[in-house]
Amino acid sequence: MIDVITIFILAMFIGFEVITKVPPTLHTPLMSGSNAISGISIVGAIIATQTGGSVGTWLGMIAVIFGTINVVGGYLVTDRMLKMFRRK
Amino acid sequence: MEYKNLFYVLAGVLFIMGLKRMSHPKTARSGNTVSSLGMLIAIVVTLIYFGNLDFRLIAVGIIIGTIIGGFFAVKVQMTGMPQMVAIFNGFGGGASALVAAAEFFTKAGTPAQTHYLMGTVGISIFVGTLTFTGSFIAFAKLQGIISGQPITFPGQQFFNGIIALVMLGSVVALTLGTGNMPVIIAVVILSSALLGITLTIPIGGADMPVVISLLNSYSGIAAAATGFVLLNQGLIISGALVGASGLILTKIMCKGMNRSLANVIFGAVGGEVAGAAAATRKLNIKSYSTEEAAMIFDAADKIIIVPGYGLAVAQAQHAAREVADFLMEKGKTVLYAIHPVAGRMPGHMNVLLAEANVPYELLKDLDEINPEFEDCDVALVLGANDVVNPAARHDKSSPIYGMPILNVDKSRTVIINKRTMNPGFAGIQNELFGYDNSIMVFGDAKVMLTQLLADLKEL
Repeated sequence: MIDVITIFILAMFIGFEVITKVPPTLHTPLMSGSNAISGISIVGAIIATQTGGSVGTWLGMIAVIFGTINVVGGYLVTDRMLKMFRRK
Repeated sequence: MEYKNLFYVLAGVLFIMGLKRMSHPKTARSGNTVSSLGMLIAIVVTLIYFGNLDFRLIAVGIIIGTIIGGFFAVKVQMTGMPQMVAIFNGFGGGASALVAAAEFFTKAGTPAQTHYLMGTVGISIFVGTLTFTGSFIAFAKLQGIISGQPITFPGQQFFNGIIALVMLGSVVALTLGTGNMPVIIAVVILSSALLGITLTIPIGGADMPVVISLLNSYSGIAAAATGFVLLNQGLIISGALVGASGLILTKIMCKGMNRSLANVIFGAVGGEVAGAAAATRKLNIKSYSTEEAAMIFDAADKIIIVPGYGLAVAQAQHAAREVADFLMEKGKTVLYAIHPVAGRMPGHMNVLLAEANVPYELLKDLDEINPEFEDCDVALVLGANDVVNPAARHDKSSPIYGMPILNVDKSRTVIINKRTMNPGFAGIQNELFGYDNSIMVFGDAKVMLTQLLADLKEL
C-alpha cells in the first residue's frame, strides 16, 4: 500500500512540473488531452469483466463503454483542435 | 515478477512525454499521438495479462464507445467545445465509479473484503459519481438545456452540508464493513450523485472555466482512486497526472478572477450583488454605426482585438479574422488580447481563433498585452465585459474588485461591440462604456464585423 501511495505522490509532482510549462494558448487541448488520459479507467473496466456473468461483469461492460467514449472522444477531439493551431 | 506493471509504467512514461510536448503548439499534436499510444499499450497489456476476461462483452463495449465518442468528437463545433470536454470528463468519472462498484459486488461478503478495499471503493465511487453528475450538469448548462446562470435556493449550503455528512458517514460505514452493505453502497452512490448536482448548479456563467477545470481534476482523482482499489499502477500514475493538470488549471482560473476556489464554489456571484450596483449609475454612452467605426479603424495604426464569450456565442471568430486580415494588409498592426477566463473554459478563445486560422503568435495573454494598450490606437472589444471593466482596478465596492483585467481603457479609442446594454455576468454595469474614449457599436458580433469589413473596403 505504501508503494502505491509513493507512486501516486511522485506522479502528482511530475504532473505539476510538466503541466506548469503548458502555455495558456494550449489550455483547452491540454484539458481534453488529459481528459482522455483519465479514460485509463477502461483498464479497470476490462479487468472487471473477469468475474463471469455476475453484476460485476455487466458493470464492467458499461464501464468499458464509458471509458472508451472518454478515450476515443478525448483523443480525437484534441487532435482536431491541435491540427488547427498554426504559425504565421 | 509482474511484467504487466513494467508496461503500465511505460504507458505512464508515454503519457508524461505526451503532456511534455503540449508545452509548444508545434509539438503538441505529436504529443497527443504519443499519449494515445500509451493508452493503447495499457489496454493491450491488460487484455493479454489478465486471464478469464469476457472478450465478447469487452469488444461490444469498445465498439459502442468508439462509435459514440468518435461521432461526437468529429461532429462537435469548436464553439461547443466546453460542453464536449465536460461530457467526456463525466464519462471518465462514471467509468471509474462503475469499476469500483463492480469490485464491490464481486468481493463484498467474500474473504477478499477488507477495510482497505471497501474504503478505497467508497472514495472511488464518491469521486467518480460526483464527477459524473457534476459534468452532466455543466454540460446541460453550457448547452443551454438548463439555465447557465447560478441556480440558488435558501439553505443551499446547509443542504449540501447534510448530504456531504451522509456521504462521509456511508463511506465510513462501508469501510467498517458491517451492516447491510448493498444499502450502504446505494447511499454512497445516491449521496455522491446528489452532491455532484447541488455543488454544480449554483455555479454559472463566467465561473464555468473553474468548474470545468475542477471536474477535469476530479476525473483524474477518480481514476487514481480506482487504481488504489485494484492496486493497479497504470491507473494510479495516469490519474495522478490528470488530477495535477486539472488542479493547476483550476488555480490559474481562480487567479484570473482574483477569487479563492472556496469563493467560486460557495459564492454564487450574480444573485444578490447584481441589482444594487447596476441601478446606481447612469452612463452616457456614444453609439456609432459601423461606417463611423470604419473611419476610426482607417486612421489607426495599432489595433488590439479583445474577444469574449459573446464572440463564441455569435460564432464571429471567422468574421473577426477577416477584419483583422484586411487591416493588416493595409499595413496596420493587429494583436489579440486573451484574458485567462475569457469564454467558458481555459483557452476557449485560443481554440476558436485557431479555428479561424489566426496564427497563435498574434494571441497575447494578460501580462504580455497590457503594456501594449498604452500606445494602442483602437481596442476592439467583442463580446467581453467583466474582463475589461476598469472598476476592478479602483472600485472597492465592485464585486469584481481586484480581478486582473485587460486595460483597454488606456487605448486612444475603445470600440465596444455588444448585443444590448445588458450587464455582464457579474451583473454590474461596466463604467468603461461611459468613458470619453469609448464608443459602442451595437449588434450581433458576426453581423457587425461583416458590415464593418464592407464599410472598410468602401473607404
